[in-house]
Amino acid sequence: MSETILNAIWLTVALAGTTTIILLLIGTPVAWWLSRRQGTVSAVVETIVALPLILPPTVLGFYLLIAFAPDTLLGRAWQQLTGERLAFSFSALVIGSVIYSLPFVVQPLQQAFSRVPASLLQASATLGATPLDQFRCIVLPLSRRSFLVAATLGFAHTVGEFGVVLMIGGNIPGETQVLSIALFDYVESLRFHEAHQLAAGLVVFSMLTLFLLYRSNPEASWRVKL
Amino acid sequence: MTELALAMRCDTQDFTLSLNCGIPLNGICAIYGPSGSGKTTLLESIAGLRSLDETSHIRFGNIDWHNAGYSVPVWQRRIGFVFQDARLFPHLSVVQNLLFGAHRTGRGELNPDQVIDWLGLEDLLHRGPNELSAGQKQRVAIGRAVLSEPQLMLLDEPLANLDTAARTDCLQAIRSVQEKLATPMLYVSHDIEEICQLAEHVVVLEQGAVREQGPLIELFGRLDTGVAHEEHAAAVAQGQISKHDEAYGLTAIDVDGHTLWVNHLVSRVGESRRIRIPARDVSVCRERPAGTSILNILPVELVEIEHTSSARVLLRLRLGQQYLLARITRKSAIELQLQTGEQLFAQIKSAALLSDTGKTP
Repeated sequence: MSETILNAIWLTVALAGTTTIILLLIGTPVAWWLSRRQGTVSAVVETIVALPLILPPTVLGFYLLIAFAPDTLLGRAWQQLTGERLAFSFSALVIGSVIYSLPFVVQPLQQAFSRVPASLLQASATLGATPLDQFRCIVLPLSRRSFLVAATLGFAHTVGEFGVVLMIGGNIPGETQVLSIALFDYVESLRFHEAHQLAAGLVVFSMLTLFLLYRSNPEASWRVKL
Repeated sequence: MTELALAMRCDTQDFTLSLNCGIPLNGICAIYGPSGSGKTTLLESIAGLRSLDETSHIRFGNIDWHNAGYSVPVWQRRIGFVFQDARLFPHLSVVQNLLFGAHRTGRGELNPDQVIDWLGLEDLLHRGPNELSAGQKQRVAIGRAVLSEPQLMLLDEPLANLDTAARTDCLQAIRSVQEKLATPMLYVSHDIEEICQLAEHVVVLEQGAVREQGPLIELFGRLDTGVAHEEHAAAVAQGQISKHDEAYGLTAIDVDGHTLWVNHLVSRVGESRRIRIPARDVSVCRERPAGTSILNILPVELVEIEHTSSARVLLRLRLGQQYLLARITRKSAIELQLQTGEQLFAQIKSAALLSDTGKTP
């Protein structure tokens, strides 16, 4: 396997991993907030979160590209804070991926959280559990499997990302050239052997991930340890 | 004795709960009323599970739980809430459920093994809540609340979803917890028999307001209450089991020196028992009747007469230091020319006494 491919694999895993961790950290409170609220404000938030599901990735990528430019507020602030350019950087890819994969993490969590009966939270409160304690000891364990689903979908969806990365990444090997872009590159330069290796690898990876996910036990009763 | 002082307003979809009263926290206090009278809302308000009007005031002993917009959060009130639907945590085993509150608010003064023993939960400890019957679930829920070592227990119709055998078990569980720990309890129920067996004190709710309240035996022996005018009105008498008559399958209960026969009870001689005597099953006569099939004929003094309708009259009869109610026709009352202060004989249909434990075979 060529160094380009190895680099691309490593970069993809790093990007998807970082994105998934950030998504779980951001997505959990957002999903919790959405699951306990109804009204115009939460509908607006839900709309924004779900937008990447239907928006062409290139649209998202286009706006992010403009926002990341060194002469914008965000671009300047980033440059001052880190001393690096934001556009065409790994960090830009992470930001783009977080936005792009947000619904894949927030939605399963939101559904799981709204399935946790408020009556159980009341019961735990009468037993002395503070709200954080209630979340940790009742909500988290009861939505354990949905965290697995959310993390898997977030990771896999980031691996499969193309349009956004193409727009904001700039195809720099070792910095922004992820697998899907590398594949595109090989096809463009008619190197079908490498293209086949990559494509087949991604198919196997995706199938395996989904298979393992569906095979995991859906029960969230006390005996099941995921 | 501590008191729970309530001055509160809480609007719900169906009614407004509005009350101003003090509930003595001594033994079990029942909150009784028809469904939709605000019993559960009251209990949830006391627990802090409902948002109240700004003017509301809840004071437990000398601690303000809710006052002038400030409210002690639920998890700091140290209450043990037993819900109608048990609400065990499905992802935890029985023993983990039992210790959930103990780990948080328990003070280590209560030995979990002891509580497990009182409630008969030894064999269930490592099961999941889904593997329990409704009655077992409710006993676990009671144990879980008890083990959090609460200063007040709130029970919301804990027996409502149970069959007869499970009710008896749970009732026994609640009784033994009360006897052993003396934690004050507020017990919500619409089942008058349950209340008569358990409670020292009764608060009667109607449409979100307190209709009357007082010590149970005294309250149910009065004529000037709403409960006395209900179809199933009944007085409650307290007595000790004096002997068993195995041959006839009867048990004698001594009520202030008078003997009442009831169907055989499985209890030791000397044990204290309450007997619920429905007003419609009591009739009166001037002379002790002879040749009657009725076993229980007791000398009483007529202390009060109330005309409840054109057809019915309600009598209050003194038996020793306690009171019975009798509902008779107005025609009989006029023909007998009943006067207060008279000595009469009350005839009580034996069957009427069966409702004592409510659940006799």
